[in-house]
Amino acid sequence: MFDSLTDRLGGIFDRLKKRGALSEADVGEAMREVRRALIEADVALDVVRSFTDRVRTRAVGAEVIKSVTPGQMVVKIVNDELVAMLGSDAKPIDLDAAPPVPVLMVGLQGSGKTTSTAKIAKRLTERGNRKVLMASLDTRRPAAMEQLATLGQQVGVATLPIMAGQSAVQIARRAMEAARLGGYDVVMLDTAGRVTLDEALMAEVAEVKAATNPHEVLLVADSLTGQDAVNTAKAFDGRVGLTGIVLTRADGDGRGGAALSMRAVTGKPIKLLGTGEKMDALEDFDPRRVAGRILGM
Amino acid sequence: FTKRQLDASTIEEFEDVLIRADLGVENAAHIGEILRLGLFNRNISGEEVREAVAGEIEAILTPVARPLQFEAAGKPFVLLMVGVNGSGKTTTIGKLASTLKAQGKKVVLAAGDTFRAAATEQLKVWAERTGASLVARGPGADAAGVAYDGIEKARAEGADVLIVDTAGRLQNRAELMAELEKIVRVIKKQDPSAPHAVVLTLDATVGQNALAQVEAFQRVAGVTGLVMTKLDGTARGGILVAIAAKYRLPIHLIGVGEGIDDLQPFAARDFARAIVGLES
Ligand SMILES: Nc1nc2c(ncn2[C@@H]2O[C@H](COP(=O)(O)OP(=O)(O)OP(=O)(O)O)[C@@H](O)[C@H]2O)c(=O)[nH]1
Ligand SMILES: Nc1nc2c(ncn2[C@@H]2O[C@H](COP(=O)(O)OP(=O)(O)OP(=O)(O)O)[C@@H](O)[C@H]2O)c(=O)[nH]1
Ligand SMILES: [K+]
Ligand SMILES: [Mg+2]
Ligand SMILES: [Mg+2]
Repeated sequence: MFDSLTDRLGGIFDRLKKRGALSEADVGEAMREVRRALIEADVALDVVRSFTDRVRTRAVGAEVIKSVTPGQMVVKIVNDELVAMLGSDAKPIDLDAAPPVPVLMVGLQGSGKTTSTAKIAKRLTERGNRKVLMASLDTRRPAAMEQLATLGQQVGVATLPIMAGQSAVQIARRAMEAARLGGYDVVMLDTAGRVTLDEALMAEVAEVKAATNPHEVLLVADSLTGQDAVNTAKAFDGRVGLTGIVLTRADGDGRGGAALSMRAVTGKPIKLLGTGEKMDALEDFDPRRVAGRILGM
Repeated sequence: FTKRQLDASTIEEFEDVLIRADLGVENAAHIGEILRLGLFNRNISGEEVREAVAGEIEAILTPVARPLQFEAAGKPFVLLMVGVNGSGKTTTIGKLASTLKAQGKKVVLAAGDTFRAAATEQLKVWAERTGASLVARGPGADAAGVAYDGIEKARAEGADVLIVDTAGRLQNRAELMAELEKIVRVIKKQDPSAPHAVVLTLDATVGQNALAQVEAFQRVAGVTGLVMTKLDGTARGGILVAIAAKYRLPIHLIGVGEGIDDLQPFAARDFARAIVGLES
């Protein structure tokens, strides 16, 4: 992820750094190139626009004009703004609440919710030393519950026994009850994928949230997503109030614009990256390191 | 509608609409340029510009809008379904099996995803729903071996169509693409004319990476056509326009939901109009 964005921006910055004095036209030209590179990296258009506006305003201002190396100054401004957009500190999953702590996983169909649920449960069990229960609230997708049960066996984490005929909300309540009785620390609630236009399903997930009061509500999103990332992030955040984002398929060669877009429109941190199909392919998201990588620094 | 002279800012607004639909900067600029050349300074309403943009997109898509045809010299017709993780392969197979059954065809499904948890169980549900037969080996089995079994079984049953499901894989993962190459090789060994169709599923939410997906899956597996899934969501799937312009691969079908009937022929006009927000 991010590799080719790094290449594109790197080229633009190299040219900038070599310049002596910078005119407003030079800055404008560089910003047009940055705009193009970001759109080609799938950063949402409105996010690109406010980003380049902020950089342009600062770049034609006094701090650059007075600088002896104006090109480098502009590069620094881009860096600062990018870090600000990504958020500066890594934000791990927060379990600081009375157990059992519910964690709700939401997202579009096929984004990686079930896989990420099991990966997170494995990590909390092994590194966090927590007793975790996983439950699938997916009553729709064929074999969705079997998928989570199989993963639970693979990673050695308990899953709520499957009971036919219950609604998502009923399963969620049963999971919380079982967790209280069983002395679990964390309950991972995996939900069915849903498109945000599906009013009935959006209402269902809101009801699950109301019934369980989750401490974390994580949007699981594909890092290969294009411009739709903003619609998805806004719609889920508006409906269930996200606490963070898990970006999957970061092992792909996508340019990662969805990461920037989703963070920018929701203000919610990207907490984790999925980096493969295997159960240990999960990494913390460190915004500062990522910003550095995007800029090749 | 009030007419006014088509100016630079109106054209830019339309370019933005296209970028937001994932057509990419280059294709948006290209269509903007056509508007500039053809309509600039003409008195024209916003609605007429919208129609003109839809017309340009439709012109790009029309040559690639082609149905998926299940015709081969012998039996079975072998269809291999490929694509990145979660793009809708297995579900689309279920929907296709249902369509074929309705046409009175005998269908075998091969559970070639031996990796993902419960992938076989998922396909099995679709086989039961559609009355297709299922061929499977256990988890972790050789996927190419399952495809081999599929051909044997389809021949033995005198089936018309064999559809082979595969595990999702990102196109930059060399070891997984090599596995796919092997599946194709094993199928060819059984029947040199097969696979008769290699269909790549693309998720409507995908951005510019879809171009790389098409390129790699075509090179490794010889993709013959595309299906775009999840068009019932907010994503417009405009990357198909960029793909049509660059690769000219047939686009067969669109997925518009998770249900068995949520599969429709790809219609260039409707798709183009939806991108610019016009009713079909
Ligand atoms: N390469 C890669 N594949 C992933 C990653 N995360 C999930 N996947 C794969 O993506 C596909 C879909 O994952 P699931 O976990 O089933 O997605 P989901 O969101 O639960 O899907 P639905 O429940 O159908 O909405 C599977 O093939 C997973 O193996 C990742 O980080 N990298
Ligand atoms: N809304 C909507 N969901 C779809 C559509 N097609 C598939 N899905 C859903 O997308 C998710 C993933 O679909 P699958 O068919 O499992 O995708 P896949 O490519 O086989 O996934 P892997 O085998 O894990 O790589 C499931 O929840 C499907 O129900 C569609 O057209 N619209
Ligand atoms: K996706
Ligand atoms: Mg799932
Ligand atoms: Mg599948």
